[in-house]
Amino acid sequence: MSVPLGYYLVLGAVLFAIGLCGALTRRNAIAVLMSIEIMFNAAVLNFVVFWYYLHNGALTGQVFALFAIAVAAAESAVGLALVIAVYRHYKRVDVDEMRSLKG
Amino acid sequence: MNELVKQQWLIPALPLLAAAVQSLLPRKARKLSAGICLVAMGASCLLALRAFIGTLGHHETERAVWNFVWFDYGTTQLQLGFILDPLTAAMAAMVAFVGFWIFVNATGYMSEDENFTRFFCFMSLFAAAMLGLVVANNLLLLFICWELVGLCSYLLIGFWYFKPSAAAAMKKAFITTRIGDIGFFLGLLLLYWQAGTLNLYDNGNGALEQADKLAVVPGWFGASIATTIAVLLFFGAMGKSAQFPLHVWLPDAMEGPTPVSALIHAATMVAAGVFMVGRMFALFAADASGLALNLVMWVGCFTALFSATIAVAQFDIKRMLAYSTCSQLGFMMMALGAGGLAAGQFHLLAHAFFKALLFLGSGCVIIGTHHEQDMRRMGGLKKYMPITFWCYLIGMLALAGVPPFAGFFSKDEVLLATFQRSKLAWGLATFAAFLTAFYMTRQMFMVFAGKWRGHHEPHEVRWNMWLPIAVLSVFAVGLGFFGGKYGHYLGVHEEAHHGKYLVMGLSVAVGAAGILLGWLLYGRRTMAHADEPDPLAAKLGALFTCLNRKWYVDEFYDATLIRATMALGELWRAFDKLVIDGLLHGVAWLAWGVSQVVRWVGDEFVINGGFDAGCESVRLSGREFAKLQDGRIQSYLRVLCLGVVVLLAIWYLK
Repeated sequence: MSVPLGYYLVLGAVLFAIGLCGALTRRNAIAVLMSIEIMFNAAVLNFVVFWYYLHNGALTGQVFALFAIAVAAAESAVGLALVIAVYRHYKRVDVDEMRSLKG
Repeated sequence: MNELVKQQWLIPALPLLAAAVQSLLPRKARKLSAGICLVAMGASCLLALRAFIGTLGHHETERAVWNFVWFDYGTTQLQLGFILDPLTAAMAAMVAFVGFWIFVNATGYMSEDENFTRFFCFMSLFAAAMLGLVVANNLLLLFICWELVGLCSYLLIGFWYFKPSAAAAMKKAFITTRIGDIGFFLGLLLLYWQAGTLNLYDNGNGALEQADKLAVVPGWFGASIATTIAVLLFFGAMGKSAQFPLHVWLPDAMEGPTPVSALIHAATMVAAGVFMVGRMFALFAADASGLALNLVMWVGCFTALFSATIAVAQFDIKRMLAYSTCSQLGFMMMALGAGGLAAGQFHLLAHAFFKALLFLGSGCVIIGTHHEQDMRRMGGLKKYMPITFWCYLIGMLALAGVPPFAGFFSKDEVLLATFQRSKLAWGLATFAAFLTAFYMTRQMFMVFAGKWRGHHEPHEVRWNMWLPIAVLSVFAVGLGFFGGKYGHYLGVHEEAHHGKYLVMGLSVAVGAAGILLGWLLYGRRTMAHADEPDPLAAKLGALFTCLNRKWYVDEFYDATLIRATMALGELWRAFDKLVIDGLLHGVAWLAWGVSQVVRWVGDEFVINGGFDAGCESVRLSGREFAKLQDGRIQSYLRVLCLGVVVLLAIWYLK
């Protein structure tokens, strides 16, 4: 494997930044969820890459990545269920509209 | 062959690629979608045929495998692999070839459906999964594809999901097959545990090559571990191949579009169970006690007879064919169980051609009669749809086992193989063959003879619908002549058969008797009106109703298994409500009581007074700070991110 570690890290950082931008700026709750998934995947990528370059042979990185993927799947399922519940209540999924916790 | 096996992956990969592309196409791209699908399937078909030809000249049990590492975890490698041997090559060629012609027919059958591209996407995915299942040299890969075909079956049965019956049927199919798949999965785990590999063949280290070793390892209930694994795997096959008692989903699966019924629920997917048993045959046959094989044979034999009796009393053209499929799958299982690997697999191949032909023919009938499926409201179609009639007739004769059509040779092999093992099973199967000839004759006369009993005048279908059945009917006629060579091609040496002419003679005789009886009841005087009672119903009385209601198996399941599951759920709900909730509420009430006492003693007088003053000032400052809290979660997050950036900057600069 001739691709240096740094390239993967940059890719991870870019993915993370894209996800973060989306999560902070998108107003559609589903888009926010999708952005969070992108951030998850950036983290998973880092796990796998660090494992591959620094701890190859141990199981930890792979297992952790698999766990993170499973948790991300559960997270998006719960998130989507929440979005559906919100939609049934407000008839829209715009995060700016969800301000019942306003002080 | 060693070079060819490295290209085996292309056979499933092409339809998979087509499915991926089609999933992105807009709904309007109908021609493009069908085109991609047909090109991919055609190319796969050519590859499969090339592989098939590659295996022809070789000797006996020669096989080529190509295993590769999927990924490794720790020090263990998980391998997948592809195989090229006669069993796979013939099956892959059949699946790709029949699949291609069914796709052609589907372009006509689905031409008015608005979800045309979705349909072809699912069909391509199905073809990819099925071909993957066939070329897999690894039980895990086989299982993955096995579940994928199950998924596609689910999606396609419920293709018209807005019909409640289709939505119910898709769930029924998925759940019923899943019950069998639990067995498959347990068998797979057990095999991995015992053999240490899931590769079927691997230069002497494969799971199947260790079958003899596993046959002497003791398992559970006094059987060897090989038998235990084989029985568990057979549960999966029972679900997929609709063997009693898991057969209930297949007839309901006819809610899907007819090309789906032809491809998935007649020719290929339901045969996957039979194929899998054939693929794992070494494991089934490893144990000298023959326990696993006996189970396979008797389940198959019972299903063959049981479904044939139901088929006799059905009125829906597709549902009848579905029960016939169950019955034929029973024949295949029975042959495998009797040790006739070649007989079972050859019946699978021959059946795929003529059953696909019959289903596509029924699809033509349904389109030609403006979506009529009740045979009582058909009749006289011979005049209106001559091409469909002739092709259907060939399919019917093949299924009824009339020489020299394909079904005669393959069914004869099946009966002969069974005859060697058990005379009782052979007798029952011969009776089932009689019923087969009878119900097919009944269907022919009801659909094609007499006069038209429906409303709108039927018409012949377009060329893209009749061409496939014409092509398939060529095979329904000609394929039988290769039956004798197939055993040699597979490299199976079966011992000299005795009673060959008795079996053959009886099989022809019962076929003829079935057709004759069908003619006596339905052919001499055809139905005049759709409301006229069935002549058989008058003869059989209550038994006919019982058969028409499919021996009340569904009702039985409803009354026992489903109600028991519901009752168990109710029981746990009551337990939850009374015991667990009661406990929680008790604790809560206790805490509340204690707190009441504490409140009256100390809180009201001592603490409240002092706190009220403090709280007032907190509230005032809180009101100011509350303005920051605007309830928009994203603005909090922005502040959070800003904070992180500032912290990072401080850390970096330090």
